[in-house]
Amino acid sequence: MNLHEYQGKELFKKFGLPVSKNKVITSADEAVNACRDIGGNKWVVKAQVHAGGRGKAGGVKLVNSPEEALEFANQWLGKRLVTYQTDSNGQLVNSILIEECTDIAKELYLSAVVDRGTQRIVFIGSSEGGVNIEEVAENTPEKIIYEPIDPLTGPMGFQARKISRVLDLDAEQAKQFAKMLPQLTDLFITHDLSLLEINPLVITQGGKLHCLDAKINIDSNAIYRQPEIQAMRDPSQEDPREAEAALDDLSYVSLDGNIGCMVNGAGLAMGTMDTIKYFGGSPANFLDVGGTATQERVSKAFKLILADPEVKVVLVNIFGGIVRCDLIAEGILAAIEEVGVSIPVVVRLEGNNADIGSKILAESTAKIVGLNNLEDAAKKAVELSK
Amino acid sequence: MSILVDKNTRLLVQGFTGSQATMHSEQSIEYGTNIVGGVTPGKGGQTHLGVPVFNSVHEAVEAVRPNASIIFVPAQFCKDSILEAADAGIKLIICITEGVPTLDMLIVKKRIDELGITLIGPNCPGVITPGEAKLGIMPGSIHMKGSVGIISRSGTLTYEAVKQTSDLGLGQSTCVGIGGDPIPGTSFIDVLKMMQEDQQTKAIVMVGEIGGTAEEEAAEYIKNHVSKPVISYIAGQTAPAGKRMGHAGAIIAGGKGTAADKIKKLEECGVHIAENLLQVGAKVKEVLS
Repeated sequence: MNLHEYQGKELFKKFGLPVSKNKVITSADEAVNACRDIGGNKWVVKAQVHAGGRGKAGGVKLVNSPEEALEFANQWLGKRLVTYQTDSNGQLVNSILIEECTDIAKELYLSAVVDRGTQRIVFIGSSEGGVNIEEVAENTPEKIIYEPIDPLTGPMGFQARKISRVLDLDAEQAKQFAKMLPQLTDLFITHDLSLLEINPLVITQGGKLHCLDAKINIDSNAIYRQPEIQAMRDPSQEDPREAEAALDDLSYVSLDGNIGCMVNGAGLAMGTMDTIKYFGGSPANFLDVGGTATQERVSKAFKLILADPEVKVVLVNIFGGIVRCDLIAEGILAAIEEVGVSIPVVVRLEGNNADIGSKILAESTAKIVGLNNLEDAAKKAVELSK
Repeated sequence: MSILVDKNTRLLVQGFTGSQATMHSEQSIEYGTNIVGGVTPGKGGQTHLGVPVFNSVHEAVEAVRPNASIIFVPAQFCKDSILEAADAGIKLIICITEGVPTLDMLIVKKRIDELGITLIGPNCPGVITPGEAKLGIMPGSIHMKGSVGIISRSGTLTYEAVKQTSDLGLGQSTCVGIGGDPIPGTSFIDVLKMMQEDQQTKAIVMVGEIGGTAEEEAAEYIKNHVSKPVISYIAGQTAPAGKRMGHAGAIIAGGKGTAADKIKKLEECGVHIAENLLQVGAKVKEVLS
């Protein structure tokens, strides 16, 4: 799950990290008062969406008067911001962060991730901030430090000093960073983060370290124990079908093809998409219906798939395994009846009683093709999608 | 010979009396697996599926001497259950449960490594040695004793590979589902090492998927340490970047972890690639003949 920048900064503040004085507004008429409350005569206004690349897309602006902030709010609230990280529809802007303007002397990069290789939380720091860190890693790897945190010791003072050296901090800033590193680690662990990124972390004209951005992702597996984070969820930033699927405990990802896919198991779901592509078709979605393809789950899955107007045919691929295929076939038929599926459905059943399952499907009156072989089923679905 | 599990495996089931654990334990017993007992705190003293239930792993270890444990408890209790089995001295732990928080796994992984314990999973189908023992949720009927070792991050993709190798008469030595999470207890490399040393295994099928660099690391290991033929299929060639494809670990992040990168590296290291899921069995047969 992702957070907005302003939510990330609330967490930063809670853990003692330096962030700018700010206000969040959700309607334009709050803009002028927000600027006055913050004080000063320059502000940064930032559209809040779950996507990077906001600056280049016009979603971040330096304003010199509260009226300009109002104008920005009027321009963006309720609109969709398209950046290089979003799809062509963009993301809905339903809040704007107004911040006191920070005078920047230098931009740095700092992040923490769960690194799969070292199996540790790893801090990544670079003296090159405000840019694409993957490019820095590619072109000037010597400017990046990767510092793993031992779960037994937590972050140590020497590790803060190692990172400070690569960030090129002076003695005062290094002292400040030595305080920040445990705070960031504490935030990471307390809230089950999978990513924490500050790009840029800046040195102000006054010589202090300051968190100018905040990108936070939370481990979905741990959401159950993060009530404070759950309350920060913004469904408007999620694909509506993906969000609905999540509520039904189905794993769904929209794609841009026209063959709807319903598969049991995440790996086989990907394998099915690949097979469709291999035979010249294009999958409309990834959907893992789960190990037990019951009528209830299959009905929900059909509803999700059919909500996509592009879908011309549905390919159901179930490796029955322990659950008998004749029972699955009956469940699929009942679901098709319940949902009222009018487009063709190709079903591939494999596992115990697969033959009986296919026969049940073949004898039904619905527009269903039942096959036991994935190759035939994928080819048939591709043919029907053209 | 085979790896990890065989006729001598004495299995303990943690979370034994739950509905999933009960169904899969019944299937395992039917397959011939020697389940010696189960654990459900608060239900000690009962008999379930004909074997004793204990309140803790330690009690079970004293009474019925299991040498492997399989875990079906809900995700929020897995850290505790794995560490309990480890503390009680069980050297092979299989965690089926999906949804274990990643930070829990960081702690668990460090601890089991210190203790020299093999943890398979979490979020996996388990381990089966056809004809000997089934420790997991895979359908026993599609398996056949044979010569192909299978390692996979995905349950249902393992079943596809199993079915194809059975249909072609090759059969399997042992199939290990290492699970779809970002921090698995056992890596491809750990299992490759065991299969290289196993006399029954003549060829190895490695089923990977997008996300992380485990396949790339395995490729490098294969080049230097595995003399048996390795056949690989990588799922997610059509997966978009930045989206989690069901499994917690199946995500292309920051341009890393694509199927194309993995396939390229595997090919460079001499691994035979099954371009499509449907070709896994045929590819093994071709390589072996």
